[in-house]
Amino acid sequence: MKEVSRSVGTLLLLFTLCFSLQGFASSESDDKAEGAVSTKEEIDAYIQHHIKDAHDFHLFSYTADSGERKHVGFPLPVILWSSNGLVTFMSSEFHHDDSGEVIVEKGGSSFVKLHGKIYELEAGASEVKFDEAHHATNASKMLDFSITKSVLGILLVGLLMLWAFSSLARQYKTKKVPSGFGRVLEPLVIYVRDEIAKPNIGEKKYRKFTGYLLTVFFFIWILNLLGLTPLGFNVTGQLAVTAALAIFTLVIYTFSGNKDYYMHMLWMPGVPVLIRPVLAIIELAGAFLIKPFSLLVRLFANISAGHIVVMSLIAIMFTLKNSLGVAGATGLSLVLSFFITLIEVLVAFLQAYIFTMLSALFIGMAVAEHDHDHEHDTHGHEVSDAEDVRENFI
Amino acid sequence: METLVNDFSPGLFVVQTILLLGLIFLLVKFAWKPILTSLNEREEGIQGALEAAEKARKEMQNLQADNDKLLKEARAERETMLKEAREIKDKMIADSKEQAKVEGDKMLKQAQAAIESEKKAAVAEIKNQVAELSIEIAEKVLKEQLSNKEQQLKLVDSMLGDVKLN
Repeated sequence: MKEVSRSVGTLLLLFTLCFSLQGFASSESDDKAEGAVSTKEEIDAYIQHHIKDAHDFHLFSYTADSGERKHVGFPLPVILWSSNGLVTFMSSEFHHDDSGEVIVEKGGSSFVKLHGKIYELEAGASEVKFDEAHHATNASKMLDFSITKSVLGILLVGLLMLWAFSSLARQYKTKKVPSGFGRVLEPLVIYVRDEIAKPNIGEKKYRKFTGYLLTVFFFIWILNLLGLTPLGFNVTGQLAVTAALAIFTLVIYTFSGNKDYYMHMLWMPGVPVLIRPVLAIIELAGAFLIKPFSLLVRLFANISAGHIVVMSLIAIMFTLKNSLGVAGATGLSLVLSFFITLIEVLVAFLQAYIFTMLSALFIGMAVAEHDHDHEHDTHGHEVSDAEDVRENFI
Repeated sequence: METLVNDFSPGLFVVQTILLLGLIFLLVKFAWKPILTSLNEREEGIQGALEAAEKARKEMQNLQADNDKLLKEARAERETMLKEAREIKDKMIADSKEQAKVEGDKMLKQAQAAIESEKKAAVAEIKNQVAELSIEIAEKVLKEQLSNKEQQLKLVDSMLGDVKLN
């Protein structure tokens, strides 16, 4: 009962937070008089914009009675490593401009925001110049360590995980079986351990890698689910995020690989000597490029595609308004987007599972103890262990 | 592909790497390690408890079997004891009967012997008495009868006849 009232309290807090954001909302009159997104091109641009990372936390916009375009959300800190050193300012300085028109001058440099990216203008330039392909010619990108919307999502999820799982860990100090929300988390932890870590890495070595696998599983899953909320996070749909995750897995299986693993990679036993260098090239490419690339692209593509599909289905409301009427288009859009969202909830779990499972599999392959001396096994017992079965499977 | 490369933010990559690294370290230290240790301990505890229960069940079974065996043995012992007792009783009765019979026979024989001897004694006494009486009678009769000569001869004659008969 206490737990329930506490979570209701948290929800209320969230709601009040959302509504009080209006206080931070800056009211800028937009150049576009119509403001609303209704044409195909605008919808495309809107979806593209959503898929990308953002420098401010934007919930929604509306046109006030006075004709002003109002944005509800809050600014996030921008941290840049410019040619003049570290520069920090709030994203509200750009006044929701995304086309390079507002120039922010800080720390001796001038910055513009263009399609979600911050560019540094060349010295002396007073406005951005574009070539035919709409690329900025007199501005360059720099390292952008801003607390963007994605970083905010990562921080939120990180804190949430720390809070949830350390409180679960604390429960074990006083009782054997957790109560409350811990009773939900515990089976998930056991699931990852017993269904992902143990079968793929092996009973003997799974323990060392379970911490990473658990972290990655819950990190991806919660962020995927967060992406389905109207808050509009798209963290696991950012290439940089999935690339970092994939590189973590790459680093782990590269450094924990045993002699057998590298033997098989560089000088495959049991094949003609001439083929061995060819195989080595393929194996090297597989280990260092294909495996991490498949991890990062799978997660990125699935989540991005999910977001695009859901938003496109919501956009049916506008695009089919003329042919189906307002009620028809809205109804169709609601039904389709509802079911796709249900599927996306499944995909959210599935992608977290697949990423973790494949990470465990790659680690398992690197640490597996191959017993390829079956024939002259002095002990005489042939153990067809998980590694062999898995090798055949792959 | 160009948009993908353009969208890739090295800054976000660096931030994500640092945050993920921190998250992994913190979670391993404060969450995963204690959770997994407790889970393992609990599972081992459950395994141990199950094994102990199984052991206890087996012990109980053994005990039960022992009990059954003891009971059976006791029952068998009782049976044999009863049988023995019955046999002893039968034997005792038989013995007693035998003894009684022997004793009885002996007593009977003794009695018979006593009776016989008593009878003999009695008969002897009677004979003596009869003889005495006869002599007395004979004396008397002789005294009376032999008072005359004729009668004395007559008697001698009859006596002689009698003697022949005897």
